[in-house]
Amino acid sequence: MYLNHSLCRINTIYSFRPTYSNFWGHVLQGKLTARERVELLLDPESFVESDMFVEHRCSDFGMEEDRNKFPGDSVVTGRGRINGRLVYVFSQDFTVFGGSLSGAHAQKICKIMDQAMTVGAPVIGLNDSGGARIQEGVESLAGYADIFLRNVMASGVVPQISLIMGPCAGGAVYSPALTDFTFMVKDTSYLFITGPDVVKSVTNEDVTQEELGGAKTHTTVSGVAHHAFENDIEALLNLREFFNFLPLSNQDPAPIRECHDPSDRLVPSLDTIVPFESTKAYDMLDIIQAVLDAKDFFEIMPNYAKNIVVGFARMNGRTVGIVGNQPKVASGCLDINSSVKGARFVRFCDAFNIPIITFVDVPGFLPGTAQEYGGIIRHGAKLLFAFAEATVPKITIITRKAYGGAYDVMSSKHLRGDVNYAWPTAEVAVMGAKGAVQIIFRGKENQAEAEAEYVDKFANPFPAAVRGFVDDIIEPATTRKKICSDLEVLASKKQVNPWKKHANIPL
Amino acid sequence: MAAHSLSPPLSRLLFTVKYVSLHSRCCAVHSKAHYSTVYNPNEKTFDKILIANRGEIACRVIKTCKKMGIQTVAVHSDVDSSAVHVKMADEAICVGPAPTNKSYLNMDAIMDAIRVTGAQAVHPGYGFLSENKEFAKRLAAEGVMFIGPDTHAIQAMGDKIESKLIAKAAKVNTIPGFDGVVKTAEDAVKIAQEIGYPVMIKASAGGGGKGMRIAWNDDETREGFRFSSQEAASSFGDDRLLIEKYIDNPRHIEIQVLADKHGNALWLNERECSIQRRNQKVVEEAPSTFLDPVTRRAMGEQAVQLAKAVQYSSAGTVEFLVDSKKNFYFLEMNTRLQVEHPITECITGLDLVEQMIRVAKGYQLQHKQEDIPINGWAIESRVYAEDPYKSFGLPSIGRLSQYQEPLNLSNVRVDSGIQEGSDISIYYDPMISKLVTYGATRNEALAKMEDALDNYVIRGVTHNIPLLREIITHPRFISGDISTNFLPEVYPDGFKGHQLEVDARRELLASAAALYIAAQLRSQKVLGDQRVSTIPVKCTHWELCVELGKGCHAMEVTKSGDVYNVEVDGGKVEVIGAFNLASPLLPLTINGSDRIAEHFLTPPCLSHTLNSYMPEKVPEDTSSILRSPMPGTVVAVSIKPGDTVAEGQEICVIEAMKMQNSLTAARQAKVKSVHCKPGETVGEGDLLVELQ
Repeated sequence: MYLNHSLCRINTIYSFRPTYSNFWGHVLQGKLTARERVELLLDPESFVESDMFVEHRCSDFGMEEDRNKFPGDSVVTGRGRINGRLVYVFSQDFTVFGGSLSGAHAQKICKIMDQAMTVGAPVIGLNDSGGARIQEGVESLAGYADIFLRNVMASGVVPQISLIMGPCAGGAVYSPALTDFTFMVKDTSYLFITGPDVVKSVTNEDVTQEELGGAKTHTTVSGVAHHAFENDIEALLNLREFFNFLPLSNQDPAPIRECHDPSDRLVPSLDTIVPFESTKAYDMLDIIQAVLDAKDFFEIMPNYAKNIVVGFARMNGRTVGIVGNQPKVASGCLDINSSVKGARFVRFCDAFNIPIITFVDVPGFLPGTAQEYGGIIRHGAKLLFAFAEATVPKITIITRKAYGGAYDVMSSKHLRGDVNYAWPTAEVAVMGAKGAVQIIFRGKENQAEAEAEYVDKFANPFPAAVRGFVDDIIEPATTRKKICSDLEVLASKKQVNPWKKHANIPL
Repeated sequence: MAAHSLSPPLSRLLFTVKYVSLHSRCCAVHSKAHYSTVYNPNEKTFDKILIANRGEIACRVIKTCKKMGIQTVAVHSDVDSSAVHVKMADEAICVGPAPTNKSYLNMDAIMDAIRVTGAQAVHPGYGFLSENKEFAKRLAAEGVMFIGPDTHAIQAMGDKIESKLIAKAAKVNTIPGFDGVVKTAEDAVKIAQEIGYPVMIKASAGGGGKGMRIAWNDDETREGFRFSSQEAASSFGDDRLLIEKYIDNPRHIEIQVLADKHGNALWLNERECSIQRRNQKVVEEAPSTFLDPVTRRAMGEQAVQLAKAVQYSSAGTVEFLVDSKKNFYFLEMNTRLQVEHPITECITGLDLVEQMIRVAKGYQLQHKQEDIPINGWAIESRVYAEDPYKSFGLPSIGRLSQYQEPLNLSNVRVDSGIQEGSDISIYYDPMISKLVTYGATRNEALAKMEDALDNYVIRGVTHNIPLLREIITHPRFISGDISTNFLPEVYPDGFKGHQLEVDARRELLASAAALYIAAQLRSQKVLGDQRVSTIPVKCTHWELCVELGKGCHAMEVTKSGDVYNVEVDGGKVEVIGAFNLASPLLPLTINGSDRIAEHFLTPPCLSHTLNSYMPEKVPEDTSSILRSPMPGTVVAVSIKPGDTVAEGQEICVIEAMKMQNSLTAARQAKVKSVHCKPGETVGEGDLLVELQ
């Protein structure tokens, strides 16, 4: 009897599927269906769906009619595997009431999030929803809040990733905002609190969806999203690659994948990478990639605050987080956006036991009214806070400039850096020679001579090395070798911050 | 039935793996030392030599100096301060900024360097000051030995008209033509008629193809006279012209000579240098497939006669044009060490640099003509940082992000002056290296060259290895049927890259599939204890689609151990390989033969059958406005309104935060207006330049 019933239900599931014409309509917009997305994201045959019989419970506005009931409602939930590793997934189904969030929809999401927390496995959300189920009113809002609460509770316990694959507007945006990483699909996904129509009526601004909350806006201007991909397929397959870097929960160490790149490989190209003139730029990514396993670097926020580079990589197979100043962009200085970008990344790594490797070439914090009015003090403090509180292995390489307060901030020895190296090209000083001489020898003649003396004294790694503020001055070619061997030792690092309810990071 | 199986079959994955090459690989054979002569340590030459050059030739000279126990001094420009030749030398002196006329051609600075270091002799390499009689004179005035011929020979052979007269007098075959200077267009026509068409009109001071015109009739002669004299005047500041018979479809074969200061001279056999593009050599070999012993001896003896006629000492090269009937004509004599000298060293066993140093010191030649052998066959490929798809090679610049020479193979010699991380800059010759292979027979040397090219890894700059590999495997080249017109004849529409045959395409697709599967399986290999167990996908059979160019190829792969059986395009391919995913070169066994594949697998570029349903993205219009990314001072503006800028070209430099930031054009465009000037302070977001 029961069996018959379930078979009948499965038939219904068949029939609820959009007809092919609808299906193509969906695809022609450049979007896959909710199930196709899950299928692509997970290992073949690994998806175990839950709650496919759940229906919405709304009885107003004709919603109670059979033709308005869809088994599973507007979200597909369950668990599966990515390269054999456990993950919980929900995928909102735009073909059912525009993917709108009903009480039942929220309940399904909450269920898999609760399970993810109990077993300790990441949650991936594939967002494609028009917003609240208006017909349900406050029940829908309650559903959002239930999800938000779980996002917050899970924060720092299991990694949470949102992939925005369609609209995500209004209150719905806060779930992705609370997760660790938000990825978007170019041209088909939007994130905004209020859409262009409301913007027009309130502020009289004319703005398109794409300009207001498209992938480009959020990956280059607002910094809300961490990466954007060309289309659904590329996004999902990249998400698989990204997932490989993450531990399943805060109880797990950073994953170690089989590595074919020798850990003691010398990198002779690094010996010549820092230019002759200290004012000339170079690409920090060249250094970072040369040091990593097989140049495999997953950059986070590659188009936002480009004066700092952050991302995931592997060293001798082990996942590491990379932070590097980028001399090629705005001289690699720290400003509001780069500090916030760096801080959030460092805190993620610290929460999930991922060692942090920092490449320093920083001339200081960016001066100017725009920065001061914007609160560079407050925001710069976030990066300082993040590095200081982090208890994961921290390795720092000063490639060139480490000036002023920015030197302190960038995972310095003073902030419990485990291993701090300097390249022979390093200049660890309070400021550049010109500025320093103007202060020390104010009004005196022979400024040029004094400048030369200052350069001689401080534009090198020795003042820091003799004080033990850097552990060693290393040949750049040996950087990979050194880092790999240090990580091996630091794998057993144990450091605990004083008990507190939680720290009070300057938000 | 699981609900998720409702969607269309998704098990077929599609991916793109960018391959540049998949080449056949042959096994290494016996090794042989490049030099058979033994250095005599009791023969004292110099204590210290300065090498007035850079790059591979400086390194080459330093190597021999080290062998001879001579200290070396390198000179370098400031951008070359960490170059390989600087590191190799015992001492190094900076002789100026990057442009060659301020550094490597800066005689004052080089003379200073000689004084400071106390060098007793100077090796000039090739190019730069190697054939500069002024430099040789200044060295002589200071009592420093110039390792090369004396000023008289340099001068005599440096002028095309004079050298031809001397050659004629020395009974060397010269191209029929007029020996004097041609004064007017009508003169030219008269002379041309006497010689017989076709004729070549060329600048007396010329070189590198400039000021050269071929004329087939009177009208073209008049026109050619006018153009050539204009070009000669603007290029060399010397509008003297000469006219000679034009040899159609010639070969360029040159004879290496070696002479001492005691009147002895040897010919060290020939080098076949016919494969050229824009009058620059690309592939050279020694000996030539074309010469018989009689012709070789005739050419060699004439070359020696010429050397003796100018009292030549040191190593030099007499260039000949050889027509299809093996008539040979003197072209010019190069009074220096040639780029392609290593192939002569391979077949004769002589170290030419060592001999040059000995001769400069005044020693007699160690060898007699009958001691000079032709042992085996040597081929040289000039590996350039250039794009072979644009007129067989337009220079490309950049940083060698990855660089691996095929020195793991035997009988391979690589003369290079760069290393991983080196910059190929706009200032100097874009040659990366000279790749020389050697074998007992020509086929052996060719097979080795193919292997060596396949094992060469160059990343970061565009290089001409695809073209080199096509040349040395081309049936016409293999049969020896070549001329200086080889490239334009074989590739009339320009070089388009390797065209894959059906089998090779299948092998490429199959190895791409195997590589993809190896990468996928590696992703599942998580080491260490897992709190939540990993359940790898147990899969031994895959259906894949591989994108190659625009096409998509469906294939089925079955894996057992390291053996991948691939069914693709109606054929079966067996790929055996233990994939090292960190190495750029993958040794594979495909259908039983050894192959080398080069792979670029970062970052993963994966897609799916459903990709065809994804809308094509319209490329975004790159901004035509350049704004200042930060507050700072404009240091330099490199363009002016009306200029055309190329993508990536520097537009202006902004100094901020003690750093110079170069702002570049996002696309090729014409400059509409410039809103900043050097010295000006600009704020963040200020409009700097508008493009059209």
